[in-house]
Amino acid sequence: MANVTNPSGSSHEGHPQPRQTDRRSFFKWIGAGLGTAAFVSGCDLVTEYGDLPFPFDTGSEDAVTLDFSNDFGVVNYAFALEQLEAAFYVRAFATPFDGITDEERRVLRDLRNHEVIHREFYRLGIPALGGTAIPTLRFDFSAIDFSSRDSVLETARVFEDLGVAAYNGAGPLLNDPEILLVAGKIVSVEARHAAAIRDLIDPLSAFSIGEDGDVELDPADPGAAGRDVIDENGLDRAFDPPTVLAAASAFILNPITTTGL
Amino acid sequence: MEKQTFFSALDPEIVQRVTSRRDALRTAGKIGAGIALASVPAAFGFFARDAFGRSLPNDVTKVLTFALTLEYLEFEYYNTGVNTPGLIPGPAQTVYTGIRNHEMAHVRLLEAALGLEEDEAKPEFNFSALGPDPFADYGFFLALSQGFEDTGVRAYKGQAGVLLPTPDVLSTALKIHSVEARHASIVRRLRGQDGWIPFDNTDVPALAAVYAGEANTTHLGVDALTVSTKSAEATTEAYDEPLTMEEVLAIAGPFIVGS
Repeated sequence: MANVTNPSGSSHEGHPQPRQTDRRSFFKWIGAGLGTAAFVSGCDLVTEYGDLPFPFDTGSEDAVTLDFSNDFGVVNYAFALEQLEAAFYVRAFATPFDGITDEERRVLRDLRNHEVIHREFYRLGIPALGGTAIPTLRFDFSAIDFSSRDSVLETARVFEDLGVAAYNGAGPLLNDPEILLVAGKIVSVEARHAAAIRDLIDPLSAFSIGEDGDVELDPADPGAAGRDVIDENGLDRAFDPPTVLAAASAFILNPITTTGL
Repeated sequence: MEKQTFFSALDPEIVQRVTSRRDALRTAGKIGAGIALASVPAAFGFFARDAFGRSLPNDVTKVLTFALTLEYLEFEYYNTGVNTPGLIPGPAQTVYTGIRNHEMAHVRLLEAALGLEEDEAKPEFNFSALGPDPFADYGFFLALSQGFEDTGVRAYKGQAGVLLPTPDVLSTALKIHSVEARHASIVRRLRGQDGWIPFDNTDVPALAAVYAGEANTTHLGVDALTVSTKSAEATTEAYDEPLTMEEVLAIAGPFIVGS
């Protein structure tokens, strides 16, 4: 098993894990926790706190418009979703849920790293290609109980399944085959994440490969609530941008308008 | 000669025959049974366009034929595995049965899209081509399964650009692509590995070609190593790389012994 990666070694065992009551008190807590955590695990955790936008959440709440009539609109859409996922995992890893196992910690660390890499790739790549990147967004995760395994893993599952459906739906909107290829390179990693999270929730089950025998796929409710993502033809989901953004808007404070669809 | 036989599945004449047969079968209303017929036109919008006399571009037909061959291979492998008594232990049987069902659905969907009868284009396989018999050695069964899934992900990815002019076909291919990636992740985890691919690592030397090029970090001219402070390992994991049709055929060819 040469390919198994080692945990980073950072440890939060015994660390206090209060529930967030509001943004202000949470920041107060994490400000205090930063010194303790850095003392416990050295510079590794300081690096983790460099993963903007949490806790140094500097994003604006300005309105954003995504113009899907050109490829930069599609790429900025992906950038927005990667920002959301990265912010979630930065926080989920920094404030691990109660009773987290080493395996769960490693998965959350890897997903955080991948999503931060995707996010920063878009942030630098969009201007490098001649486009204008949307700003850093601001998020509201108050609906998530970061101390709860169920809350964190179910949110992760929703984000990963939604991300897969978003990329699948966005692919045919692209014009440039090179951008399509990069989207393809990323979406399959999102699908790998989705399967891993599902496997943590319900190991080696039909659920772990994208099905849920107890919950029928509801065509009238294709949003984030769907747990059964593979249909009778063995196909994953593909959502159009308004469907995805409607689901994601529960967590994104910026109003997002779509044009060119 | 194995490879020649395999390549014949993609022979232009066969592709042409498949195309005209599709039209004939459509006329006769003989689209493959056993799948959800109503959703096939939705999955492949070109059926509707065919009604107006337009046909699928040859390069798209070639990609679908290529994909069908890989799906036949995966289906046959898993179907044999789940039906081999004592091979797959308890909970993994649930996973592999589900994966088998997905591959079956992909086979029937692609057959219907190409106007083929059930199993009409199915080759014969030899899954002991690398030496060990995977159906007598669960560890090797898992390893080969991982190789097939990670290859499948790369194969679909490599053809996406060809499908760009036919958005309905591209959409369906993407929806298969992400299912293969889900499979790859769960199979890797069954082997005690992470669901994603660090660098171009493999613990099975015979499968090195499956991972060739996976350590690439340059995308759209941007070196992803430079965009964050994350490790090179994480950066290579964050992107899956494509394989060309030729590279995939070189990997799959040894397992295909006839048609």
